[in-house]
Amino acid sequence: MSILRKALTTAALATALIATGAHAETKRIALVVKALGIGFFEAANKGAEEAAKELGDVEIIYTGPTDTTAEGQIEVINSLIAQGVDAIAVSANDPDALVPALKKAMDRGITVISWDSGVAKDGRMMHLNPSSSALIGNTIIKLAADHMDAPGDVAILSATSTSTNQNTWIEEAKKVLPNYPNVNLVATVYGDDLADKSYREAQGLIQTYPNLKAIIAPTTVGILAASQAVTDAGKIGAINVTGLGLPSEMAGAVESGATISFAIWNPIDLGYAATMLAYNIANGAKAEPGAEIPMGRMGSAKLDDNNEAAMSDPFTYDKSNIEQFKSIF
Amino acid sequence: MNRLLKSREVLLALAILALLAVIATRFPAFIAPGNLTNVFNDTAPLIILALGQMIVILTKCIDLSVAATLALCGMVAAMLDGAGVPLALILPAALVLGAALGAVNGLLVWKVDIPPIVVTLGTMTIYRGIIFLISDGRWINAHQMTAGFKDLPRTEVLGLHVMSWIALAVIGGAYVLLNRTALGRSFFAVGGNPHAAVYTGIDVGRMQAVAFVLSGALAGLTGYLWVARYAVAYVDVAGGFELDVVAACVIGGVAIAGGAGSVAGAVLGALFLGVIKNALPVVGISPFWQLAISGSAIIIAVAFNARQGRARGRIILKSAEHRA
Repeated sequence: MSILRKALTTAALATALIATGAHAETKRIALVVKALGIGFFEAANKGAEEAAKELGDVEIIYTGPTDTTAEGQIEVINSLIAQGVDAIAVSANDPDALVPALKKAMDRGITVISWDSGVAKDGRMMHLNPSSSALIGNTIIKLAADHMDAPGDVAILSATSTSTNQNTWIEEAKKVLPNYPNVNLVATVYGDDLADKSYREAQGLIQTYPNLKAIIAPTTVGILAASQAVTDAGKIGAINVTGLGLPSEMAGAVESGATISFAIWNPIDLGYAATMLAYNIANGAKAEPGAEIPMGRMGSAKLDDNNEAAMSDPFTYDKSNIEQFKSIF
Repeated sequence: MNRLLKSREVLLALAILALLAVIATRFPAFIAPGNLTNVFNDTAPLIILALGQMIVILTKCIDLSVAATLALCGMVAAMLDGAGVPLALILPAALVLGAALGAVNGLLVWKVDIPPIVVTLGTMTIYRGIIFLISDGRWINAHQMTAGFKDLPRTEVLGLHVMSWIALAVIGGAYVLLNRTALGRSFFAVGGNPHAAVYTGIDVGRMQAVAFVLSGALAGLTGYLWVARYAVAYVDVAGGFELDVVAACVIGGVAIAGGAGSVAGAVLGALFLGVIKNALPVVGISPFWQLAISGSAIIIAVAFNARQGRARGRIILKSAEHRA
């Protein structure tokens, strides 16, 4: 019995060693997104594939749940651990719920980083912010203020009230309000990233605040729904819908004038940078405060005390460049 | 008068009026006729789906795949539009596709004898998966749709949007079907007492399958309306909306055990939810309360149903009981 067990253990160990040896050739990096089927993440995947091509020895596994739940992501992560991937780069649906699963992954020697929407410090080696939250908060208010020549009401239409990144940006946006005297922030409402609820919330804002000059929606579903609501209410020109959106989705709103300008970082760059970072850390780069980890053509990421880094500034899109970008992402 | 007050539909209508009155104290513009037609228009998809769902529930089944069917038909409609198919063909195509998806549910329930909740829970995910496959996860946005495609539901005819008129037509159709045709009465018979229905020559499984086809067709129609109205089609369109549809039926007094319910009830149930959904953003209630309020409305309605529907037992042999 004991001999048999020993033999089996040896065999298993040998298989494991062979398997590891085979994998050392190509690094398998899993890009775990909030949900499949969202344009932003599809674009990030393009960037990850670009990084993989540049690096040569990387295989990208693009995956995520079909709806934006932490439970779905935990299942995906567990299956990735079972597959024995080399690195997981995750955009989290919940900062805390994923921590146990990701800790398990790190215990098995898997490199774990978060990007876009972060995981609590214990659950990852580093977090890559698309931009710094402060810069985004400032940008979304500036986008509204740039097209207001007199003081007026401005409202924010967010996604869910528990969305990590949305809340951080809104907090930062509120901090810079004193610099923009024309902007009178009157309300923050939540459309839950559902087209119909966001549309209804935007309608509610239009009705409640007759002096409304701008709606800021830092979410792709929200900004589209709000543009549609403003268009349907015949308020184009009176209310400017701005915030964060994707050029391919916003082209119609920019064309109709419901949205004068909006901003977004380049999700292709983000997927690219996250892949580069995951690759470099998996290959031995130390993720510790103060470290600078190269991310290919995006320069290098400088980690702060929380092991977080910012990629770049958000980029403004308007009538002048939307045509060029709408076919990209 | 007393009998009138006991009628569930009248009570629900009064509840909606009371709700409107409360809202008016906080935000008077809400009850302006123009806004009320907007609320009705916004609730139109819910009304159409609730009527389809009611027919399914009448036959002791439930259709959890309505929102997924809606999303799939909407996506297909948007893709057909992108391929240059004229609107006159897209509408029937959405209806037929919806009916076909409903038929899949119906056949699985009828021929394979799987419980409806399991069948539609499965097809719900499958249909969403199909959207992902055919769209490749991409969105179809306003600028990728033709103007005619987007304009139909919001065209105004005699003061109401076409979408509202479609809802009114569906209400009328459902009323005639359920109250004036043999088919409609069979739905009640099948749910009210399946055994008796069999004795009178009604095929229970077949009626359930027909109910699913109707519900699917209505979901298909709504799919087009939804996508055209919000000018966007993607995998998660109307996510979780099936629960609103079932809630509208339950609030409207449709018995979840089948066999009881009325068109007016389902419509009022949908309007009740529609008023709440449209009012909460303007009365400035915290989003955390919004969910709680919608949820409580459902529970109160169900509790009310249970009270009304409770058959009081009668002790008929009191003396015999004593002797024993």
